[in-house]
Amino acid sequence: MVAILISAISQGLLWAILAIGIHITYRILDISDLTSEGSFTLGAAVCASAIVNNIPPIIAVFMAIIAGSLAGMITGLLHTKLQIPSLLAGILSMTGLYSINLRIMGKANIPLNMSDTLLTNIKDLLNLGKDRDAAIILGIVVCIIVIILLVWFFNTEFGYAIVATGNNDKMIRANGINSDITKIAGLMLANALIALSGALVCQYNGYADVQQGIGAIVIGLASVIIGEVIFRNRNLIMSLSGIVIGSIIYRLIVAIVINSNYVSANDMKLFTAIIVAAALYLANLDLKKKRRVKHVED
Amino acid sequence: MLKIENLSKTFNANTVNEKKAIQNLNITINDGDFITVIGGNGAGKSTLLNLISGTIPSDEGTITIDNIDISKQKEYKRAAYIGRVFQDPMTGTCADLSIEENLSLAKRRGKKRTLRKGLTSEEKKEYKSLLGSLNLGLETRVSSKVGLLSGGQRQALTLLMATLVRPKLLLLDEHTAALDPKTAAKVLELTTKIVEKDKLTTLMITHNMKDALKYGNRLIMMMDGKIILDISGEEKAKLTVNDLLKLFEQATGEEVVNDRMLLV
Repeated sequence: MVAILISAISQGLLWAILAIGIHITYRILDISDLTSEGSFTLGAAVCASAIVNNIPPIIAVFMAIIAGSLAGMITGLLHTKLQIPSLLAGILSMTGLYSINLRIMGKANIPLNMSDTLLTNIKDLLNLGKDRDAAIILGIVVCIIVIILLVWFFNTEFGYAIVATGNNDKMIRANGINSDITKIAGLMLANALIALSGALVCQYNGYADVQQGIGAIVIGLASVIIGEVIFRNRNLIMSLSGIVIGSIIYRLIVAIVINSNYVSANDMKLFTAIIVAAALYLANLDLKKKRRVKHVED
Repeated sequence: MLKIENLSKTFNANTVNEKKAIQNLNITINDGDFITVIGGNGAGKSTLLNLISGTIPSDEGTITIDNIDISKQKEYKRAAYIGRVFQDPMTGTCADLSIEENLSLAKRRGKKRTLRKGLTSEEKKEYKSLLGSLNLGLETRVSSKVGLLSGGQRQALTLLMATLVRPKLLLLDEHTAALDPKTAAKVLELTTKIVEKDKLTTLMITHNMKDALKYGNRLIMMMDGKIILDISGEEKAKLTVNDLLKLFEQATGEEVVNDRMLLV
């Protein structure tokens, strides 16, 4: 049981960065951005390829972040400059990225078990016994840095502009802000984080796989929604922390369900999709109820 | 000074649904003019404002503000000169940001957004005292999300945001039409207070003829994408609703069957 818990926490922390990226597109920008599926794998592909070519893991991770932001930029340009609907723009990027990821990797799977990774570095540095323990430390550090940077960023002039764009892009233009730029920047930020998550997860898994990103958006959404259930009153720092906890809880649910022997690992994607659909429906019900109450008050 | 020359806009050109929304329109608006705009449905009032603000591109003609040609500029660039309040109270503000955060967005209209703090503590004080001076009951709620405000409060806030940085031109597109009569009157009162205090050059579309006569120093009436009446100063001050109806008949050569075509 303790082993399951530790494994859930370590995985949850590394996948939480993905969920935070999804939160930025889905909740802040109000875009369902499918680029995530491709950029998560992209992060893993870039990071793993760099590591097996003897590039220090920390630099490999930064390369993944830059690659992710470029993927977000492509989606943003497709959406704003070519006026392709955001959902379709994301699908186009995702599809294109599948080939790009294969090109980067050269094959469908890159094993990392013979290479130095961030996890082995941390393990050696702190004399830890297991990769998992190193993953927890790495996950905590990265989550804290990401949350601090995002809280700072979304309280800057440019950060406000991005939040307002997701809310009301007509208002943002009336106040002299180029909404194309804010949308592209938001998508770049989100996909940079998602690629970072992909880069960390591949080091945890010990390999990068071209299929790694399948279902990433739903897994991220599940964490976001669980986080929202935990922290109902949301300021940014609370909702971001909620997502991290949501991601851990999601991993815990997955571990328990798989260990129960009723659901096989192959059924997990279906199981997650059903959970997210149910949670979104419940959230909508809740919203309707609130609106009804509000009408009565009016 | 705003100068519009030979402005034209046709929607769905060369189709059966072709609509000449604005036809060869010319007008010069002097600094400090407070113009009320009236006209029936489809007269081109909103289209005119949208062409000025850049929400839709024009087909022909030029628009200059203080000798700067803005006709080819993007909407967000023109925002440096133009303050706007829309008909829908939801349009002018951001629901997920607080009152003070919304004001801070408006405070930087026409400026580049940087990675500096979005809301400084001096600004917070400034906005609080500004709201206090307007008696909207908002000064105690500066950090509440705007989504919690009523339509009238949001519209008042939008008005404040549109004028926080003095605009060379203020565009009001039936900004009280979606409010109940009492709230509408309050927002109109606030409008005149701000416009008169800062001597703002203003274009206000209204569907209410009495308001069109009561407010402003100049009145224009539009029909079929043209300005068919342009009255200002003394002449406008003496005008009554009946005069307006007669002038409309003279201008169009038609009899006004009912006043709805003017009011709506």
